[in-house]
Amino acid sequence: MQWLDARLPLPRLMYDSFVAYPVPRNLNYAYTFGGILAIFLVVQILTGVVLAMHYAANSAIAFDSVEKIMRDVNWGWMLRYMHANGASFFFIAVYVHIFRGLYYGSYKAPREVLWILGVIIFLLMMATAFMGYVLPWGQMSFWGATVITGFFTAFPLIGDPIQQLLLGGFAVDNATLNRFFSLHYLLPFMIAGVVILHVWALHVTGQTNPTGVEVKSSKDTVPFTPHATIKDSFAMAIFLILFAYMVFYLPNYLGHADNYIEANPLKTPSHIVPEWYFLPFYAMLRAITFNIGPIDSKLGGVLVMFGSILVLFFVPWLDTSRIRSTAFRPVYKIFFWILVADCIFLGWLGSRPAEGIYPALALAGTIYYFGHFLFVLPVLGLVETPARLPGSISESVLAKHGGSGTPVGAAAAPETKG
Amino acid sequence: MKKILPALLAMGLAFAPASLAFAQDGQGPTENSASEQAAAGEDASAEAAEEGHAETPHYPLKEPETLSWSFAGPFGHWDVGQLQRGLKVYKEVCSACHGMRLVAFRNLEALGYNEAQVKAFAGEYTVQDGPNGDGEMFDRPGIPSDYFPSPFPNHEAAAAANNGAAPPDFSLLAKARAVERGFPTFLFDLFSQYQEGGPNYIHALLTGYGQEPSPQVESLIQEGTYYNPYFISGPALAMPPPLSDDQVEYPDGAPQTVDQYARDVAAFMMWAAEPHLAERKATGFVVMIFLVVFAGLLFVVKRRVWAGTPH
Repeated sequence: MQWLDARLPLPRLMYDSFVAYPVPRNLNYAYTFGGILAIFLVVQILTGVVLAMHYAANSAIAFDSVEKIMRDVNWGWMLRYMHANGASFFFIAVYVHIFRGLYYGSYKAPREVLWILGVIIFLLMMATAFMGYVLPWGQMSFWGATVITGFFTAFPLIGDPIQQLLLGGFAVDNATLNRFFSLHYLLPFMIAGVVILHVWALHVTGQTNPTGVEVKSSKDTVPFTPHATIKDSFAMAIFLILFAYMVFYLPNYLGHADNYIEANPLKTPSHIVPEWYFLPFYAMLRAITFNIGPIDSKLGGVLVMFGSILVLFFVPWLDTSRIRSTAFRPVYKIFFWILVADCIFLGWLGSRPAEGIYPALALAGTIYYFGHFLFVLPVLGLVETPARLPGSISESVLAKHGGSGTPVGAAAAPETKG
Repeated sequence: MKKILPALLAMGLAFAPASLAFAQDGQGPTENSASEQAAAGEDASAEAAEEGHAETPHYPLKEPETLSWSFAGPFGHWDVGQLQRGLKVYKEVCSACHGMRLVAFRNLEALGYNEAQVKAFAGEYTVQDGPNGDGEMFDRPGIPSDYFPSPFPNHEAAAAANNGAAPPDFSLLAKARAVERGFPTFLFDLFSQYQEGGPNYIHALLTGYGQEPSPQVESLIQEGTYYNPYFISGPALAMPPPLSDDQVEYPDGAPQTVDQYARDVAAFMMWAAEPHLAERKATGFVVMIFLVVFAGLLFVVKRRVWAGTPH
């Protein structure tokens, strides 16, 4: 080890990053989702690489090759169900992770770059998931690809060339399937690259914590191993139980029955819906049913949908609050939970047909979504009176434990461990 | 967290299939919701006003009945006798029009047949092979590695022979049809592990013929189609009622009724669509036990590690 350390300090890097690295002692289970996301990236890459050994990216045989995996490949059914449900659980974890970041102000200075890298990972994940959904070449694969690549035609002038570049032709076809497979294989490794930057940025600034008060002394922290390691492992095991429950007992619950029908360009499904994790964005897309000046409703919807993600990039500068953690912002706390409810509501609307009252409700949900980021965040930060902040992390921890006079902090200081 | 763990443990061990509580018999036809009827009433008046441009009713007109299946729930397994009966119904009735191109004869060993029986079964089919040394295609008896031959050479021929509607292939049909469950049922389905929408739908469709359509619906039925309120994408479908009592002889003494035929063929189609279903659930049980025990151990270690550290 010392021999290697002297030449390439990789063991030292690992030791510093994942063993000795100090983490705030008051991290709760919401902070375990970063680790959960890391193992899901690994699970997706491992199952995906094996699936790719059996999959054929050709529109004539893609559907049947997936069925071959399900029927004839040893454990193929498990690999495929893990990969398909793994995508869903990846998104469950990333949504919890993002909302945790929003709640505890993890985007605020000095962690803006960390946050932006996270939003980039999220965008890459969405692209990867969308292209992966096309590969089984079922009806929803095909028509989902048709609808989503159709967004690009909304842009004047450049729209059509972009769409043709994406599709490799004028309609979703074999060329589309081939390039989507290629990109679906490439993007996860790009995600892994950005994840490394994300973790690097995290280790430069250090983690936030539920109080939002920065680490002030070594009393505030515990070493990553064993404390965070074991807590993360336990959370991962619980998350894996939920994952296994879906994989083994409800593998098709999150999918769509129409994707077990082979793609047919001549037959449109009665009701095209994307995967559940895109539904809030789909609802926002369809909420714009009217023209705004020179922008027609189609372009408007596309701009709103892209805007809903772009706005996340600017959150660090939109939030004017001096307080980091929502725990000490009594008014913002209410708005935060309204935002969570709004996103779930939009997700439900995304699964409804665009008829009756649904587009109007979707418009209301969309207005609140943007209102939250563009109005509530900047204004509330200026007018809200926050609750009193604890002086330090250890002070808040001790207050929670009855504030006994014993020098607990000293006993638990990292220096005394192991 | 202290409360969540036992709750998860309890869930892991006791996810008894609550769906089975819904009785399979004695339920009348599901009634249309009041709003739907109101909508239908409005349609009638609108129709009178402007040339029948009524709002399309939601299909299926009736929800399929929820039956109890041997393969439902965490300990689901195949009823081999039922699958054999279903295969017989498929072979003698359905296979005249419906193919099953992803299922091979060798797969039938999972239905309790031995190698010789599978060989004999495959031999009853004629399969086109070739080209031979002279460049000719030739017919030969089927062998276990052959797939079920489709009744029509291609999609167009199938459509032409069936009034324009090609009979769908059976290989995946039980997973490719799902009647929307709606809120909040779809949330309960998470806990009852409801994945039997396909077979329930197939059974409902096969037993749903011969009912009297309401006048509003009757006007929507096209010539040459058969009214069936359970059909997922319209009021009527091109397939005539395929089954009748005593049509297929059951050697094992099971009732030779349309209802029993429909159940058996639906179960068989579920097997055809998901041949590893029972294996999947059995594996899942072992995985769940492992993960729950592992999580429990991690929790104990976590408590020890953090014991001296207020957090």
